[in-house]
Amino acid sequence: MIKIKTNLNGRQRELAADDYTEPLLDVLRKNGRTGTKEGCKAGQCGACVILINNKPVNACLFPVFRAENKKITTIEGLGKPNNLGVIQQSFLEKGAVQCGYCTPGMVLSTKALLDKTPSPSENEILESLDGNLCRCTGYVKIIDAVKLASERIRNGRNK
Amino acid sequence: MPLNWHLNGLGMEETNNFKEVGKSKIKVDGQALVTGQPQFVADFAIPDMLWAKILWSPHAHARIRNIDTAKAEKLPGVKAVLTYRDVPRIPFTTAGQGAPEPSPYDSFILDDKVRYVGDRVAAVAAETEEIAARSLELIKVDYEILEPVFDPRNSAKKGAPVIHDEKEAHMPLPLAYEPKKNICAHVDINIGDVKAGLKEADYVVEHEYDIHYAQHTPIEPHITTVYFDAHGRIVILTSTQVPFHVRRIVARSLNIPIRKIRVIKPRIGGGFGVKQEVLIEPLVTAIALKAGQAVCLKYTRKEEFVSSRCRHPQIIKLQTGIKKDGTVSAIDMRIIQNNGAYGSHGLTILCNTGSKILPLIKCPNVLFEGDVVYTNLPVGGAYRGYGATEGYFAMGVQLDEMAEKIGVDVVEWCKKIHIQVGETSPVFAALGEGVEGVEQNITSCGLDKCIELGAKEIDWYGKKNKKQDGRYRRGVGMAILMQGSSIPEIDMGSVFIKMNEDGSFNLLLGATDLGTGSDTVMAQIAAEVLATETENIIVYSSDTDLTPFDVGAYASSTTYLSGQAVIKAAQKVKDQILKVASEMMNEPMENLKAENAAVSGKNGRVTFTEIGHYSLYTKHQHQIMDSASHVTHKSPPPFSAHFGEVEVDMLTGKVRVIKYVAAVDCGTAINPVSAEGQVEGAVLNGISYALCERFIFNEKGRMLNPNFDYYKIFSTRDLPEIKTILVPTYEPTGPFGAKSVSEIGINGPCPVIANAIYDAVGARLYRTPFLPESVLGAIKGKK
Repeated sequence: MIKIKTNLNGRQRELAADDYTEPLLDVLRKNGRTGTKEGCKAGQCGACVILINNKPVNACLFPVFRAENKKITTIEGLGKPNNLGVIQQSFLEKGAVQCGYCTPGMVLSTKALLDKTPSPSENEILESLDGNLCRCTGYVKIIDAVKLASERIRNGRNK
Repeated sequence: MPLNWHLNGLGMEETNNFKEVGKSKIKVDGQALVTGQPQFVADFAIPDMLWAKILWSPHAHARIRNIDTAKAEKLPGVKAVLTYRDVPRIPFTTAGQGAPEPSPYDSFILDDKVRYVGDRVAAVAAETEEIAARSLELIKVDYEILEPVFDPRNSAKKGAPVIHDEKEAHMPLPLAYEPKKNICAHVDINIGDVKAGLKEADYVVEHEYDIHYAQHTPIEPHITTVYFDAHGRIVILTSTQVPFHVRRIVARSLNIPIRKIRVIKPRIGGGFGVKQEVLIEPLVTAIALKAGQAVCLKYTRKEEFVSSRCRHPQIIKLQTGIKKDGTVSAIDMRIIQNNGAYGSHGLTILCNTGSKILPLIKCPNVLFEGDVVYTNLPVGGAYRGYGATEGYFAMGVQLDEMAEKIGVDVVEWCKKIHIQVGETSPVFAALGEGVEGVEQNITSCGLDKCIELGAKEIDWYGKKNKKQDGRYRRGVGMAILMQGSSIPEIDMGSVFIKMNEDGSFNLLLGATDLGTGSDTVMAQIAAEVLATETENIIVYSSDTDLTPFDVGAYASSTTYLSGQAVIKAAQKVKDQILKVASEMMNEPMENLKAENAAVSGKNGRVTFTEIGHYSLYTKHQHQIMDSASHVTHKSPPPFSAHFGEVEVDMLTGKVRVIKYVAAVDCGTAINPVSAEGQVEGAVLNGISYALCERFIFNEKGRMLNPNFDYYKIFSTRDLPEIKTILVPTYEPTGPFGAKSVSEIGINGPCPVIANAIYDAVGARLYRTPFLPESVLGAIKGKK
């Protein structure tokens, strides 16, 4: 057992891991952050997308040692029931959540996009979410939600 | 009882004067999902839980002469190893259907025979997944290799290897089942005189259509955790669409009394039919019992592809007769359905290919015949569309060709040949779920409007039949569709409602929300009847200890079936509320009216909060609560017209969908945004299936592409413009006029895209998927 120092959702935290190469996805889930989902364990579905220093990565392919002293953002860091983040709120209002299993990864990919490009073009949205598979929605409402969140962020709303 | 009994007295007959229904309410479970709260099976850790792994067959057909597990058992951390010797030899079906099921009892938890590459051989439970995986390598299996059969055209022929030669295999209902011939089911109906119908036709069109394997790919693969509660009862926490069928089938497979089992369905990460299968629950329960400890088994993505369930491939021979005046004089449809190694859902899917397609087209002479055969390939199961997707490819393409033969515009012609309100089809009575069906007249149909609005949205007359040169050519295609709403006289849903002292209500139901939003839809229906807001309804589904029975989420049933049970129970609860209010207000009940979470009469007004508190604490104390069950007597079809525009690259054969329009009549959309979401999800899955999803097998029956790199499903970059048009009608037998919407959308893309390709390049495709090489081949074949 080893310990990795990180900044997890704004708090200093030591994550317990089996070894340095254990995938961050498994480490997060064992450390009680189960919002990050496992869908393929091969970096092909995006269900486990999280942010490392604000950049999206597939946590299933990301060895835990590379998170040392880095800023990790998971879905738990974006909001809580009754206190949703602006992207989460937009996803709900637009009907972008069906089963919800791809949602955490989808929301974090959206956050990475909007942090960098607050007013993305349609194409930029499609490119940014391409690594996140969803089988329920046909993506239509998800794209609508990203546009709504973008509009709200432009108007200075962060919650 | 009149059909619209539940609306009597509510003053809501077709007024659409709804307060909660027909509104796009936010999902009742949405906040938890969007914040990543622990909601799914994998999110619940049980102390000292073991992890299971399965050893899969490398052979398509073999008998296990011997299994040596001694080394695996000795590996530190391994707690239990399970082979066929450790489980009772009780045959069952994994199909989660009404009991007894119309699927053969041809499966065991583990068997001494394997029937496809990816069939289960043994299972291990260990302290970690890694140890479990390592221990599998230590199991030595001595196989007697048997000859396999992969081609469904050959498997029922004389001399073919028998896949189910075990004496226990049988059909629990008196239905055709001949395992010695690899025939899993047979269907045969004959209406009118097809020979005469073909003879009197001016044109006869005949083609063979080939529809391929596909997997549902829910983003959450199958997962089940089994643990034991303080009383030693078995608790099965599982990602399922059918919790009550899980309880019954696990009980049967292990010969355990039902009372010892509790099944909990938390949130489900997508199902699309694949979780209508009681696939891994019996095995996980068996190994947990052997280990005496909690065990979790989660499928990998590869296992989900190979060792789960798929869409049944079909070979459809379709012969149709048509007269110059546009009358369809005969339909002759013959099918070979490849069920793979086990017979799950075989018969009913085949029946559905007939019963969800043939009644749509008015035709006096219909022959429908089919064989469901076993092969040594992955196993078919329920998949959104359930046989209709396969059949609509054939029928949709053939209708397009028939219209061309008689020289009419297919859009206008479709309006003339489809079933209308007040009409019936003999197919409804002839074809049911493996048994005879239920006669019905169509009581709502918005298909003409769907066709009209869809054609306008795609600009049909501006785009059809455009002569083109050059590398990229565009074309448009269309198809008309129907499905059903629940299985009449078979499926049942029930609910329980109680009132709390703040005027809120608990709605407990067995209906299984698998991401579709049915919990929200049910809350809206309850709120509408109870004259309160959706936010005041607390929904809990589903838990076999706590919620009343429901068959589960399948057959496009939840809104139509369980929604009626909600209306009945809510009506009874409302009557009790009025009774208490009458006592509180000292006024006869007939003076009282419930509105905005309060009851008002001539003497004033009491709120639901006051009524709830009074009933529990003040006088004549009792719990305001009631329950109701519902069985449907009809299966009213939703209707839909789909239109698509494609662009074909003449050089590469690559097809790109530019725009796709789905106009759908689902009666009243209880939650319009959710209804649109159902259509959009189904449509994109259908487009992805039509263009790129496929199983690639080697000559030994091994699937070579069990991952998202080589089994491509559509992602955002592939997304065409999708436009959903909801065409409201009012189905008198449905809850507030609603019909189903979840499945129908997946049936359109195969015929629509094939017809659009034909419009673009003049080549017809009779085999799915439309890969660049097939499209190029069809273009070259035409020249």
